[in-house]
Amino acid sequence: MKLDSKIPQGPVGEKWSNYKEHAKLVNPSNKRKLEIIVVGTGLAGASAAATLAELGYKVKAFCFQDSPRRAHSIAAQGGINAAKNYKNDGDSVYRLFYDTIKGGDFRAREGNVHRLAEVSVNIIDQCVAQGVPFAREYGGLLDNRSFGGAQVSRTFYARGQTGQQLLIGAYQALERQVGLGNVKMYSRHEMLDIVKIDGKARGIIAKNLVTGELERHFGHAVLLCTGGYGNVFFLSTNAMGSNVTAAWRAHKRGAFFGNPCYTQIHPTCIPVSGDYQSKLTLMSESLRNDGRIWVPKRKEDCGKHPNDIKEEDRDYYLERKYPSYGNLCPRDIASRAAKEVCDEGRGVGKTGLAVYLDFSDAINRLGLETVKARYGELFPMYQNITGEDPLKQPMRIFPAVHYTMGGLWVDYELMTTVPGLYALGEANFSDHGANRLGASALMQGLADGYFVIPYTIGNYLSGEIFTKSIPTDHPAFAEAENNVRERINTLKNNGGKTPVDEFHKQLGKIMWEYCGMARNAEGLTKARQMIQTLKADFWNDARITGEINEFNPELDKAMRVADFLELGELMVVDALNRNESCGGHFRTEYQDNGEAKRNDDEYAYVSAWEFKGDNQEPELHKEELVYEAIQLQVRSYK
Amino acid sequence: MKINLKVWRQKNTNTSGKIVNYVVNEVNPDMSFLEMIDVLNGQLVRKGEDPIAFDHDCREGICGMCSMVVDGRPHGPLHGTTTCQLYMRNYKDGDTIYVEPFRAHAFPIIKDLAVNRGAFDRIIAAGGFVSVSTGQAQDANAIPVEKAVADNAMDAAACIGCGACVAACPNGSAMLFTAAKVSHLNQLPQGKAEATRRALNMVKQMDAEGFGKCSNIGACEAECPKEISIENIARLNREYIKAVFTGE
Ligand code: SF4
Ligand code: FES
Repeated sequence: MKLDSKIPQGPVGEKWSNYKEHAKLVNPSNKRKLEIIVVGTGLAGASAAATLAELGYKVKAFCFQDSPRRAHSIAAQGGINAAKNYKNDGDSVYRLFYDTIKGGDFRAREGNVHRLAEVSVNIIDQCVAQGVPFAREYGGLLDNRSFGGAQVSRTFYARGQTGQQLLIGAYQALERQVGLGNVKMYSRHEMLDIVKIDGKARGIIAKNLVTGELERHFGHAVLLCTGGYGNVFFLSTNAMGSNVTAAWRAHKRGAFFGNPCYTQIHPTCIPVSGDYQSKLTLMSESLRNDGRIWVPKRKEDCGKHPNDIKEEDRDYYLERKYPSYGNLCPRDIASRAAKEVCDEGRGVGKTGLAVYLDFSDAINRLGLETVKARYGELFPMYQNITGEDPLKQPMRIFPAVHYTMGGLWVDYELMTTVPGLYALGEANFSDHGANRLGASALMQGLADGYFVIPYTIGNYLSGEIFTKSIPTDHPAFAEAENNVRERINTLKNNGGKTPVDEFHKQLGKIMWEYCGMARNAEGLTKARQMIQTLKADFWNDARITGEINEFNPELDKAMRVADFLELGELMVVDALNRNESCGGHFRTEYQDNGEAKRNDDEYAYVSAWEFKGDNQEPELHKEELVYEAIQLQVRSYK
Repeated sequence: MKINLKVWRQKNTNTSGKIVNYVVNEVNPDMSFLEMIDVLNGQLVRKGEDPIAFDHDCREGICGMCSMVVDGRPHGPLHGTTTCQLYMRNYKDGDTIYVEPFRAHAFPIIKDLAVNRGAFDRIIAAGGFVSVSTGQAQDANAIPVEKAVADNAMDAAACIGCGACVAACPNGSAMLFTAAKVSHLNQLPQGKAEATRRALNMVKQMDAEGFGKCSNIGACEAECPKEISIENIARLNREYIKAVFTGE
């Protein structure tokens, strides 16, 4: 199968307009006959479901949480980028496009990223109209701040709760459509398989998590807006329930997986405190605007109280190494630099796995009240978790898994390699290349849902207007349901003894150790073996208590871990294949004095993996990345 | 340290429940309250017993999913925090802690500590939005909003929809939740056009869901993890009275 990315012809700045002018439309009376399934209700899912329903399609939306408003987009703190140039500081669509491509270490598709930058301005307009309470200046106009990887102020924010406010905006738009009868909402439902008929996606099997029943749902098209897979590491900043199951099930039904090894390790998280730890908490990157990162110059000082370490004995290593971006260098670089100083033995805190993020300069310059007001809830949150007051002594931070740039491979229309099956938001691989810039995830989720899919889905559905709803007693539905039921029964009846979390923790340790911030061929090869053994153990020995036909979070967790185990192996395979360092993927064999060494001659492509059967080698397909508007160059933030 | 837990166990909506005693040894002060329950659940699974079902997701105080009454207080003893943000350093060795679900007529128990809060979504669906479809918006800076107004709206919009206000209220009223949304949207110029309809429809839905009446007790504000002010209720009442008088 040949990958067709369907990038429209023409100069990069005209591709999207050209596309929109020529895309096929579906007339209003036909829209009413077309049913769309949307799985996941975060920024991408809620915005897509609401917008498609506004257009007149019949929408069914699914989320595993008790309400669509809980999706993990809600936890994004910092902000959302848009090329509004309200600050008159030289921003433009081109510059946001350029920054995103460069930030992604030249591993993203030009056409998609330019479109993203174009629609970024519409997102802000839409959200303000919905009543999203963005921060404002005294003149009543919108305020902006700067963010890592950019030299302009283009980030819009709502205190430290930007994701929450944007999600609530999208959720309210969604609930409006629920109230109008245009969307049927299924909360506490988890998608466990895709149903394909004649090669096209035609529905899903979903588990009602309250009753345990398996349900069949038909759709003319299926949209997966199910987020990223950072929880493969067990410890991450993702919510406890965030999982790869929907995407992985789609993969096993023929959707290629793009760049699975691209993981974002966020530099500013609260360090791990013990073995019982269930998740990690992010401290917004926006803190790097005013906080300065340092460690002691000498190992001997690491045990001292930070306030007792003199200015000249501190190493502000980001400012030293990257003078033009300093503390605002991109995430992958900041994370790796933190790992390096800790590896040198200059890490701080009980575990030696932390660096300081210090606000004392900002407090002296701006005053305590201004600093407090700027970061809203973040300081109390830190204090509550660690028992230390960051206004009195520096925060301790350490990198943690935060986001996955990889995801289901999609073309320009956001369609996967399965016709009629789409992936939006973090669930797809498309816009961030090998590293995502701060404040770009919210932008992409909403771009895909509000402004991209409503246009691109018409191109497919216009060919489906004569397709009647397929009754769910069709054999393909029965086959998919049986497949799910069998997996559940096998797990439930294996006579195992060990709690699911144990396996998940072990998987996380393998991934963090060998497929985390630094990777090499030897470690990855070993990791693959270890994962295979762990997977076998899991199926033999994971204990699922309770009944199948009841509310059973333990069983739900097990189904997710089963898929994480398979995904983990593919990540390792992908990391092993990519013999270069780029963005979040750092292979220790490929570096220049600690800086990532890309290999554009051989690896300027997207890896799209095809599933060939359980315990079979996956097949690699390559989508060559063509740069027309931007020249490939070494990424420098010095 | 050692902690004694007395936890509400209930198989499903239709059965009755009871308090069951557990002991958790080796509780670390840096653990979160939910991590302590994870540890206990791990032990229960090893023994082949059913672990305690509870709702949680973000574990950082923003999604609104966690919902426990800890020692008689929704979200536990600390002011302005959710259960997931409660850390064991607030307890001492040998303490006994009662853990129960949010209780309210409109929030039926699903299992153990998990309840159904779907009624909140239906209140929002009745009017908690601005009717602007995608693509209809004008330039964002074409609508200046006074900073103080934007800040007030943000204060109200900080509600996480957890339902602690309902669980705290002796009447099981959802006034604080509803008022926070009305107040967020009605203060902003974008929300003015349908301000009256919004207030009326949301209150009507709230009543239909079986939430109790508000009698200004103030327990909601005291237990709200996001410190949503009871002034929002006064604002909703003014809006509501105005609406009734103008005969809408
Ligand atoms: S008002 Fe407070 S207690 Fe009530 S739902 Fe909102 S955040 Fe929770
Ligand atoms: S789990 Fe999200 S608020 Fe507690």
